[in-house]
Amino acid sequence: MSGITYKSGREPHPKEHRVVFKNIDREGWDTSIDTYMGEGGYDQLKKALTMEPTAITNEVKTAGLRGRGGAGFPCGVKWTFIPPNNTKPVYLICNADESEPGTFKDRYIIHQDPHQLIEGMIISCFAVGAHLAYIYIREEFPEGAQILEKAIAEAHEKGFLGKDIQGTGFDLEIFVHRGAGAYICGEETGLIESLEGKRPYPRIKPPYFPAAMGLYLCPTIVNNVETLCHVKHIMELGGEAWAKTGTPNNTGTRILCVSGDVKNPGYYEVEVGKVTMGEVINDMCGGLKEGRELKAVIPGGSSAKVLRADEVFKVGRGDDTRELTIWDIPMDFDTLAACGSMAGSGGVIVIDDSRSISWVLNNINNFYAHESCGQCTPCREGSLWMKKITDRVVAGKASPVDIETLEGVARNIDGRTICAFGEACSWPTESFIDKFKDELVSDTNSEMEEALVNPESVTAAANLG
Amino acid sequence: MSLEVPKELEKEIDERITHYPESKRSAVLPVLHALQHHFRYIDENAVEWAAAKLDLEPIKVLEVVTFYPGFRQTAPGKYHIRVCRTLSCAMSGSYELMESLCEKTGIDRSGVTHHDPIAVSADGKFSIEFAECLASCGFGPVCMVEDDFHEAVTDVDELLKQYP
Repeated sequence: MSGITYKSGREPHPKEHRVVFKNIDREGWDTSIDTYMGEGGYDQLKKALTMEPTAITNEVKTAGLRGRGGAGFPCGVKWTFIPPNNTKPVYLICNADESEPGTFKDRYIIHQDPHQLIEGMIISCFAVGAHLAYIYIREEFPEGAQILEKAIAEAHEKGFLGKDIQGTGFDLEIFVHRGAGAYICGEETGLIESLEGKRPYPRIKPPYFPAAMGLYLCPTIVNNVETLCHVKHIMELGGEAWAKTGTPNNTGTRILCVSGDVKNPGYYEVEVGKVTMGEVINDMCGGLKEGRELKAVIPGGSSAKVLRADEVFKVGRGDDTRELTIWDIPMDFDTLAACGSMAGSGGVIVIDDSRSISWVLNNINNFYAHESCGQCTPCREGSLWMKKITDRVVAGKASPVDIETLEGVARNIDGRTICAFGEACSWPTESFIDKFKDELVSDTNSEMEEALVNPESVTAAANLG
Repeated sequence: MSLEVPKELEKEIDERITHYPESKRSAVLPVLHALQHHFRYIDENAVEWAAAKLDLEPIKVLEVVTFYPGFRQTAPGKYHIRVCRTLSCAMSGSYELMESLCEKTGIDRSGVTHHDPIAVSADGKFSIEFAECLASCGFGPVCMVEDDFHEAVTDVDELLKQYP
């Protein structure tokens, strides 16, 4: 990027297109409001305050900005779900719970460029008519919470928050609310319950769509950190110009977080759909480790369905049908969905041939068993059963029948729970069985069947421990 | 027994409560964070104090404390360590990191269970637990010591030296 120097060893890859991450790892950059304003910071807010709120929403809609938290739902459309005849207060919540395994992007925005987020939030609050907003930040970012509180105080001093912002008559307060280590608080209705001071049991939709009945049963907009930052850039460029980055229906840039078995894991901001999985792994991340071959990729956070290295994916419709290898997949929302997985939160976990699939799945199952909120029986019991079965597989104490049971448990969770955690916890198991059943079965031991069928036997006691 | 909350801390807590003009109950998490930060863990007295402060039945506070992994119900060591257990960190050696930290600090994790996840060293200097994804998956293995974040931890001696 012209005129900007990045810290040595932290320079963006030439295939990156930095917008939200423009100031991350930048030489001479800090979190103060003076630094931010020295580069035109809060100018977009000043511009937005002269506009009609609906005009801002229309720009965001024109931009086609899709939520960067996981679901990829169009942000501007979400905003319009606030009932038009609403007389209740409207709240905006920034979801900074960043907890999907494999995702580590919001951390850098919060720690290195907090004012970008605050500016995006204030513009968004003005657009939706919110006068009270919260940043729900995960408890494991204690320093991030302090940085945000300092940034909010600075924005107050400069008159960008508080009463009568910039003489427009618009009032807004933003507060930082720290979570307490529960993954389920990333689910927006669970987050809202948590913010109300309760256990974060997700609410059922309908009727509890946050935009209609959210915090304190008032209309509430919940957006991800990265999404809210983009709002500022949409103001700067205009929705139409902003939408020229990325690809149709997959507009803008997004941050890919790559972890696992590559030489240079890290964060890479790219135009959505303009780079392929192969470019991400081989060019940006320097390829796989020496002598290793790709086995699988989890492309959008640990709840995204796994892709096997040798799969051929059929995408498109009719005459437009194309066959893609894993390396050819453009990193966008629609193609990854067409490949049977999802772009999710942008967390790409690369798995090479040195890894045991059973071990990987068991690690994931341990996570979901720990994090299920326990409200719905299929998820509470199912996530624990899946963990127990894969615990047995990795311990060499599972029978081949266990894999059938594992599949049966997984397929009876998704679609049967109040929130999407049911899908999040069952999709890994379902997809690992779909794609790596042979390897899972090969890690079982048919001699264990006796122990399972006759659990009271002495053999069972010895084998199942 | 009642909880002795210093005036400064109570002032800070009272200010935090003002962040929730619609409902005092919303301040449960911030009140508990402030208490845990000061007292190191949340005991029965802290639950009762928070409940009285927020005009809630103590059970409404206790159910929150027991749900969230971020609240401790037993005393940790002087320095509490959280090691990320989740996939990307596990792939980069977080289980080995946990073993090595336990060995160097003399912590025995054999008694750890889902409901009692923290193990403390005999001298009370360190305590440790596994945490789920700490959101720095590209730079594992990752751990937190108190509020400090440590990425790509390879030298355990070097890490522990920072905590005398």
